[in-house]
Amino acid sequence: MKEHETLEQRLHEQGVSRRSFLKFCAAMATMMALPPGSATAIAAVLAKVKRPSVIWLSFQECTGCTESLTRSHSPTLESLIFDMVSLDYHHTLQAASGHAAEQAREDAMKEFHGQYLLLVDGSIPLKDGGVYSTIAGRTNLDMLQEAAEGAAAIVAVGSCAAFGGLPNAQPNPTGAVAVSDIIKDKPIINISGCPPIPAVITGVLAHYLTFGALPALDDQGRPKAFYGETIHDRCYRRPFYDQGKFAKTFDDEGARNGWCLYELGCKGPTTHNACATTKWNGGAGFPIEAGHGCLGCSEPKFWDVGSFYTPLPAPAADVTAFAQAAALAGAAAAVVLSTADRAKQRRAQRTRQKLTVSDLKGE
Amino acid sequence: MSTSLQRGITTLLAQIDAPVATFFSTCVHCGLCAESCLFYTETQDPKYTPIHKLEPMRRLWQQEYTFWGKLLKKVGLSKPVTDEELAEWEPLVYDSCTLCGRCSLACPVGNDITYMVRKMREGMVASGHAPEGLKGATQRAIEQGSPMGVNLKTLKAQIKHAEKETGLTVPLDVEGADYMMVLSSAEVADYPEIISAVTRIFKQADVSWTLASDGFEGTNSGIQIGSSDLAADILGRIVHAAERLKVKYVISPECGHAYTALRWEGPNLIGRPYPFQVIHIIELLDELRSSERLKTDSVDETRMTFHDPCQMVRRGGVIEQPRNLLKQVAPNFVEMPDAGVQNWCCGGGGGVSANHRAERLRIKVFSRKKSQLEAVDAKLLVTSCSNCRTMLLDGLELNRMDVEVIGLTELIADHLTDNAEGKAS
Amino acid sequence: MDQELLLWVRGTGLQIATAVFVLGMSYRVLHLLLLGRKPSLAVARGSEWAGGLRTMWQRSFMLPSLSGRGLFTVIAGYVFHVGFLITLFFLSQHIDLFRAVFGFGWPALPRGVIDIAAVLAIGAMVALLVHRFIDPVKRLLSGFEDFLTWTLSFLPLLTGFMLLRNIGFEYLTLLTLHIASVELLMVVAPFTKLAHMFTTFMARWYNGAVNGFKGINA
Repeated sequence: MKEHETLEQRLHEQGVSRRSFLKFCAAMATMMALPPGSATAIAAVLAKVKRPSVIWLSFQECTGCTESLTRSHSPTLESLIFDMVSLDYHHTLQAASGHAAEQAREDAMKEFHGQYLLLVDGSIPLKDGGVYSTIAGRTNLDMLQEAAEGAAAIVAVGSCAAFGGLPNAQPNPTGAVAVSDIIKDKPIINISGCPPIPAVITGVLAHYLTFGALPALDDQGRPKAFYGETIHDRCYRRPFYDQGKFAKTFDDEGARNGWCLYELGCKGPTTHNACATTKWNGGAGFPIEAGHGCLGCSEPKFWDVGSFYTPLPAPAADVTAFAQAAALAGAAAAVVLSTADRAKQRRAQRTRQKLTVSDLKGE
Repeated sequence: MSTSLQRGITTLLAQIDAPVATFFSTCVHCGLCAESCLFYTETQDPKYTPIHKLEPMRRLWQQEYTFWGKLLKKVGLSKPVTDEELAEWEPLVYDSCTLCGRCSLACPVGNDITYMVRKMREGMVASGHAPEGLKGATQRAIEQGSPMGVNLKTLKAQIKHAEKETGLTVPLDVEGADYMMVLSSAEVADYPEIISAVTRIFKQADVSWTLASDGFEGTNSGIQIGSSDLAADILGRIVHAAERLKVKYVISPECGHAYTALRWEGPNLIGRPYPFQVIHIIELLDELRSSERLKTDSVDETRMTFHDPCQMVRRGGVIEQPRNLLKQVAPNFVEMPDAGVQNWCCGGGGGVSANHRAERLRIKVFSRKKSQLEAVDAKLLVTSCSNCRTMLLDGLELNRMDVEVIGLTELIADHLTDNAEGKAS
Repeated sequence: MDQELLLWVRGTGLQIATAVFVLGMSYRVLHLLLLGRKPSLAVARGSEWAGGLRTMWQRSFMLPSLSGRGLFTVIAGYVFHVGFLITLFFLSQHIDLFRAVFGFGWPALPRGVIDIAAVLAIGAMVALLVHRFIDPVKRLLSGFEDFLTWTLSFLPLLTGFMLLRNIGFEYLTLLTLHIASVELLMVVAPFTKLAHMFTTFMARWYNGAVNGFKGINA
């Protein structure tokens, strides 16, 4: 196993200039909303710090998260992630295969026990002994538990690892769960999204390397710096929402005018992510700019919280049948219960004693 | 068995129907009915808020006729209606309500509060909580034939007087007449001019009419005290007389509650439709006027106004007729503020005038009528209810107001064409 | 607040609230009707139905001559009811909801109008609450139910306005609270004076029918 050099050495080998490196540091500082002087500090630390060993485990996933990182337009800041770390195991990316690959993982785990970062994408199936996803004959659960044991921290990359994602969607045939459902004794940072924004992964790693600790997290375990605001909060179509101007269909006048997609099911108001600011594909845009509402992919259970095309407040279940049944039940109850009341009324009318003039005299 | 709480409650249970339940269900406690009630506006005392006068009945409805109320009652969490409470409510239900119906028009959710007070009185009187004055009046009405103690002898004396005055015959017990005229106690006792007036009018208009010796008194204290049983007794005499004389119409006198009793409550009290029709004297006069059978040839230039009796107008629907008649004889007729269906009560309707305990309150709330009158500055106040007439005279006198009061029928009679033969000196 | 809770209030919660509301209201209305009333044996001068229907409609537009406190109640009452109904029926998001349930919708009012209506309705409600405390008549008539129903009617307005204007809490939190508050209102309404949203028309019919029968045009 090769000695882990520093990031500066590594970049130098790759022909990345110091100027580019500083730009990267400045961008990271900005994204994480750090104070103005931080870029230099980050650069200073990152330059000296030894590249940490990273083990990347891919479980029940679609490789979209990896694609999101690797297919980003080159040269990008995101690509630097692979320069920041020593990626010792990633079964999609590594050259080795079979026993050699697994050997690399085991070596790294042994050598950097207690220090390596564990990145996980994909959910972990638990049903039927976890047979629905295995690597080298071992279940994901087994492999995760083993790898987590010696990890300094775990980064759950993508909504599957963070929240269970698509495999976890109802009826969840494989019993898929998130990393945090299994590992309870390690710091876990969720970088949700389907896929997550590459720069966010980079940013979190930069933060970890610079400060030696995980960034501040929200109640879903996501870095606040990137998930602190909703898509809606930062959406360029927000003024139309505030004016009540909505596209009603994907090809109406409102849609052409770029009005708010709320009524077409946009989940921006309830979705925490940085898409509206960092954007995708080298800053080309994000889904709403392409004319489609946000799917809410960075939120837990986003597959199961209603149609992508149903407006947020719209009923998520059929109420008509309930209402019809209730109307009949209410009417039936009224008929039944009023029988007693009418009987009481009639009885009073029947049994009431006629008033006579002697009653007035109190006789 | 005499009156008792239990008897009152049974009576109330028998009275609560779909409208009452709906009204109680619907009340939003906005307090707007207070604004429409003479007794609240003139005293500013919140206890006179109309819907509040029904509180015991509301609780009874809730405890006996609603799902949650019955449940709460079962677990002992509701406050039962007590005899003490009904006693406490008696002045609210009787002294401070004339059944004028103004609140029923004011309620934004549409509650007919008057309808409920009328029903509440059924329970009050059955539980023994009716004012002494009203009890006495009802007792006299049943035992002597009239709450004011007038009897056939009094009537005959007044007929004789009228015949002498008009030189015409006042028909009594004429079988097969078209119309049977009914009078109010106050008319027989205090305003016998009415007999001369109708005699002359009917003569001119050639109306076939009669009085009945066994059914001449229309005032119905039973309605006012709130007992359908007693009201039916009192009304029964008129129905019997009308059937005996085989008349086509019974004429309601200038008396508000007599009209309500005869016209609207009557068939329900006796439990069957009448074989005759009921028409208010003012309605009949207006019919005669429009068919040109009633002709006047002189006018009264006095600045005059009209007091709408609640039971005739707001609760009775005879609204335009008195105005049509007035226009014919009174060129200087002016309307009071709030005239018509929104007119304010004289303060003595619904049995209040017979309730001595209520007298001070009644006089106090006359301030509303006073300000209405001051706003028009009329010299003559016309009305068509003898009870209103007495109350107005009383109020005007106490307030030292120089305004004359006259019944509309008399006013018309005074201007009849070709009445030389009828006019005595 | 999480997404699943929002989904619950939009789904199961809404089903429960709708069921209770519809069941309660149909029970309440029919139960009232079934208590019955005796038809009058008197000769009618006019039509019960004409009078009943007229009052059902006309009683919404009355402004009788009133003193200060009455005038306040009427004006604040109108502002609240009109504001509430405008926000309920003419906010674009609400119309979507009705369209989803009933299958048809109608044009929305501009957001500025909705904002004004909501602010006025909220203001009127606060003023009416204060008046309920200080006005002797209302104080005499008021009980626990009046304050409960006030609160339950106020919360949807307040959370709705906060939601639209992004005030105080996260959108998800506010949307969940807003829907939940409406559902609470729906669950309680049939069993309190809030049933007047339907029964007022029955009350008006009964009242107007008596007048119509007597030929009183009022």
